[in-house]
Amino acid sequence: MRLLLTPALLVVAVFAAALSALLRYSVLEFVPGSLQTGGLTVANFTGIMSRQYLGAVWDTVLLSLATTALTLVASYPVAYALARTPSARVRSALLVLTLAPFFTGAIVRTYAWMLVLGNTVVTWPVPMLFTPRGVLVGLVHFSMPTMILLLAAAISHIDPAYERAAASLGASPARVFRRVTLPLSMPGIVSGSVIVFAWTLSAFATPELLGGGRVKMIANVVRDLALDSFNWPGGAAFAVVALAVTMALLAGVGRLTAPADRSP
Amino acid sequence: MLRLAVLALLAFMTLPTVVVVAVSFNPTAILSFPPTGLSLRWYVNVVTYPQFQRAAWNSLLVTAGAVALAMPIGTAAALGLARGRPRAASLWATVLLSPLVVPGVAAGLGFLIVGAALGLLRSRSVLIAAHVALVLPFVVRSAWVSVRNLDPTLERAAASLGATPWRAFRRVTLPLLRPGLLAALLFAVIVSLNEFVVSLFISTRLTEILPVAMFTYVVNYTDPTIAALSTLFIVGTFLIVWLADRFLDLGGVFLHHR
Repeated sequence: MRLLLTPALLVVAVFAAALSALLRYSVLEFVPGSLQTGGLTVANFTGIMSRQYLGAVWDTVLLSLATTALTLVASYPVAYALARTPSARVRSALLVLTLAPFFTGAIVRTYAWMLVLGNTVVTWPVPMLFTPRGVLVGLVHFSMPTMILLLAAAISHIDPAYERAAASLGASPARVFRRVTLPLSMPGIVSGSVIVFAWTLSAFATPELLGGGRVKMIANVVRDLALDSFNWPGGAAFAVVALAVTMALLAGVGRLTAPADRSP
Repeated sequence: MLRLAVLALLAFMTLPTVVVVAVSFNPTAILSFPPTGLSLRWYVNVVTYPQFQRAAWNSLLVTAGAVALAMPIGTAAALGLARGRPRAASLWATVLLSPLVVPGVAAGLGFLIVGAALGLLRSRSVLIAAHVALVLPFVVRSAWVSVRNLDPTLERAAASLGATPWRAFRRVTLPLLRPGLLAALLFAVIVSLNEFVVSLFISTRLTEILPVAMFTYVVNYTDPTIAALSTLFIVGTFLIVWLADRFLDLGGVFLHHR
């Protein structure tokens, strides 16, 4: 077992080395106009608390919450259809339509939304491109495939006999959904929401292109600091915060869903 | 009611794709939908733009290098996980899959710092190393699914009939793993070809891969060239996913069946 795992663990070690370099830079002093760093400092982290950056943190949290809620509502019907359709053809078609954007890279998808939101197709009553609204639309679209797959997996675990039983006892379809299907699909709802929230917190391409520099999320600030100002320590501190929050959230969801994964 | 909602949501999901494809045939540089005519000039632009030619070559080298390394490494790891005790295996699997949860900007800046310290940023080596790390979790996960479904008695049967371990692996295990390894290959290629955030941090103008070159183009120009290139990406991906669904049962990978 050891011998077979060794090469893969070496790869993970390289990845870990990159992250530890990031951690180290986050506590080193930034020397303006130079890639050299000074001594140990916490200034990079306290700098995040400054007015200009706190706005980006706040916008990131708000956009992530809104994205999670909208994605959940928009994904549930598709996931339900995917898990419950009796027709293999429909299931196959739904799966391909769901997965195709999943596999179309970030740039292609985001560029496509630039066209749609930029008055190419319809003229929007309110400005969409380069506004938080437009970024939100792009983020929801980006998160839907993930949410649909997680929800569909959870819904396909539910024995349809429960729903039939509730219906035969006189419950209306709405009541069956509210009292049986929805509670039983809660593991998928929770894990899907946390995963989408965590991923949106560190979204980059969507706000970068659809925000056009006017909407900044945490990852965009990291890019600006690291690649425009060459302030690697400052960017590293922001990235470390994003990393810590994401890991904490996903570790939490891992604990929540682990028992569900083991059941047949 | 449900059917209507599902159709509307699917329309929302596919609308951008439809618009990109339509705009890519637009005859003028001013974006319009539906297009006023048909023209292939943006496709000509894609193929003749020197930076895209260079980026396509870089994409090919980086993806080929990363996949060639990640496939055997990931397959070996999946076999290793299957041979270990379940508790140890699930612990190691968590370690191997952990790069998946790291935000792209964190990994990108980390690789940038290390690459700069080692003076390697002018070559593609840091890009390839990063891509190996990023596609490995997908390879391990897909390969592990098939490894777990493997019947160990088949390998033992081959051994008892006199096959060396290597021969038993090559003639029995490997053919049985083929569907899972094909899925792993598919994931690895698609993830690597589309990787953007990490690559943005560690690319130069000379080493940048296609998504990074596309990003730079979108930021600087507004003509439909990227629509044409995106269409080529979409058609390629759609073909791959459709073939995979036909031959590999994607539903079996993603959904639970009773």
